[in-house]
Amino acid sequence: MKANGRVFKYGDNVDTDVIIPARYLNSSDPAELATHCMEDIDKEFVNQVQKGDIIVAEKNFGCGSSREHAPIAIKAAGVSCVIAETFARIFYRNAINIGLPIIECPEASKGIEAGDEVEVDFDNGMIYNKTKGTEFKGQAFPEFMQKIIKAEGLIPYINSK
Amino acid sequence: MKGMTMTQKILAAHAGLPYVEAGQLIEADLDLVLGNDITSPVAIHEMDKMTKKTVFDKDKIALVMDHFIPNKDIKSAEHCKCVRQFACKHDITNYFDVGDMGIEHALLPEKGLTVAGDVIIGADSHTCTYGALGAFSTGVGSTDMAAGMATGKAWFKVPSAIKFNLVGRPSKWVSGKDVILHIIGMIGVDGALYKSMEFVGEGVKSLTMDDRFTIANMAIEAGGKNGIFPVDELAIQYMEEHSKRPYTVYEADEDAVYEEEYTIDLSALRPTIAFPHLPENTKTIDEIAEGVAVDQAVIGSCTNGRIDDLRCAAEILKGRHVKKGVRCIVIPATQKIYLQAVEEGLVKTFIEAGAVVSTPTCGPCLGGYMGILAAGERCISTTNRNFVGRMGHVDSEVYLASPAVAAASAVTGKISAPEELGL
Repeated sequence: MKANGRVFKYGDNVDTDVIIPARYLNSSDPAELATHCMEDIDKEFVNQVQKGDIIVAEKNFGCGSSREHAPIAIKAAGVSCVIAETFARIFYRNAINIGLPIIECPEASKGIEAGDEVEVDFDNGMIYNKTKGTEFKGQAFPEFMQKIIKAEGLIPYINSK
Repeated sequence: MKGMTMTQKILAAHAGLPYVEAGQLIEADLDLVLGNDITSPVAIHEMDKMTKKTVFDKDKIALVMDHFIPNKDIKSAEHCKCVRQFACKHDITNYFDVGDMGIEHALLPEKGLTVAGDVIIGADSHTCTYGALGAFSTGVGSTDMAAGMATGKAWFKVPSAIKFNLVGRPSKWVSGKDVILHIIGMIGVDGALYKSMEFVGEGVKSLTMDDRFTIANMAIEAGGKNGIFPVDELAIQYMEEHSKRPYTVYEADEDAVYEEEYTIDLSALRPTIAFPHLPENTKTIDEIAEGVAVDQAVIGSCTNGRIDDLRCAAEILKGRHVKKGVRCIVIPATQKIYLQAVEEGLVKTFIEAGAVVSTPTCGPCLGGYMGILAAGERCISTTNRNFVGRMGHVDSEVYLASPAVAAASAVTGKISAPEELGL
């Protein structure tokens, strides 16, 4: 499985309130949530994002509220992968549980800029910056989490057991 | 074999293992699965996709309508309706709606649903609150909640731990909020990422249960998986007063391994305020050189809406008045606390001081309703997050503080400690 797209770049501590503000949490419809994704830190995100694009951030991505609406909004906006130096732990769980591919890689976080074309190979954890011609090795998931990811989420995984 | 932390012992017992160590993946039995009116509808939708259609134990699920109720609009009414129908269909024992609800993390301990030794997951990040009673409790998302409701189990990576050795006794206007803001300021918003925060030491004795709930509640603001306190006489007294459930006391081994250790002298702490837009941007009241004018003060939330908090705010507001042009909003966290505040005359004090008192709700804390900020406005708030746009407009600002500082600031119209009022 591979992701391929153009990069939106953000800094440290992107919290779930800015990923999807609570004023929109009276909805749980993925398509509706996607129209407000990243609105409070990047008004242009929803206008510019294309299917397959990749978010690259620095430390503690997805901190704060446990709202699963945050990874749901990112996934429904068309984002194929989030790369960060580190993820907040609830966001990390939620992304795996709903089948949004994420990968921790401090080197990639530093070596990728907004607008770069990036490819991620989930089978070996490799991240290729095609714009700059550089590559990075992301942290592999433990086997247990790989099973959930392969099943495309926790619910299908439990159903298959 | 190295010793285990308190958290590791609880997890080992619930995974049916004699020993666990940091980094190990385990599947643990759950004593309680919690959701609210925002996260439960997503979980219910996920449960619809499951092969197993029934809940694992109708007594071990808590559904608390608290974020947007009494409903603020049609969409949130639809969400509550969805949860109400689910609770009815599955005969959920601990379903709390308008009339008996409260803010979930104040309500569940008060109802005796959380006790020492439990493993609790909740689809709300502040589920870590119950660590005050010596439980392992942690926030998860809606899909984990769905899986938990169906199977009674959840997977965890056993966390490593940071030890906070508390010594000394806090001064009059320093409370649990100042302790946790000081800690977050010291280690940062990801300082405890994936880890347990274990609070120990003789200083724990000088903290009330409400102080401990506040401290454990904000472990997540340092990125922590959970925050946990040892079970002392005060915690046992609280559980015996509120719960009929048996509790189990776990203690960390003497040779338990901690990644880091800090000693915090509570007597040296000062009222502490987190400036926008992160809980780690802390300053003590003495470090604020220029007056920071405020438009609103919020006293409430799962962090600081308990009776100690309201008593403290009332002590300051008694015989004083909220400054003209400042809105002061007081939100008791549960119906029981609300009634207690009425009976003790606190509500009279608040109203006479020019504050408003609301029915329990998370409302303004997350920018839901009941105190949304306009562009350029500033709020001093006893809530837990001050992210960009958290309480309203993207250009508004939230300053996190204790009930004492919020109440004093409501009177002066700028961020102030009670000392400024001669208290």
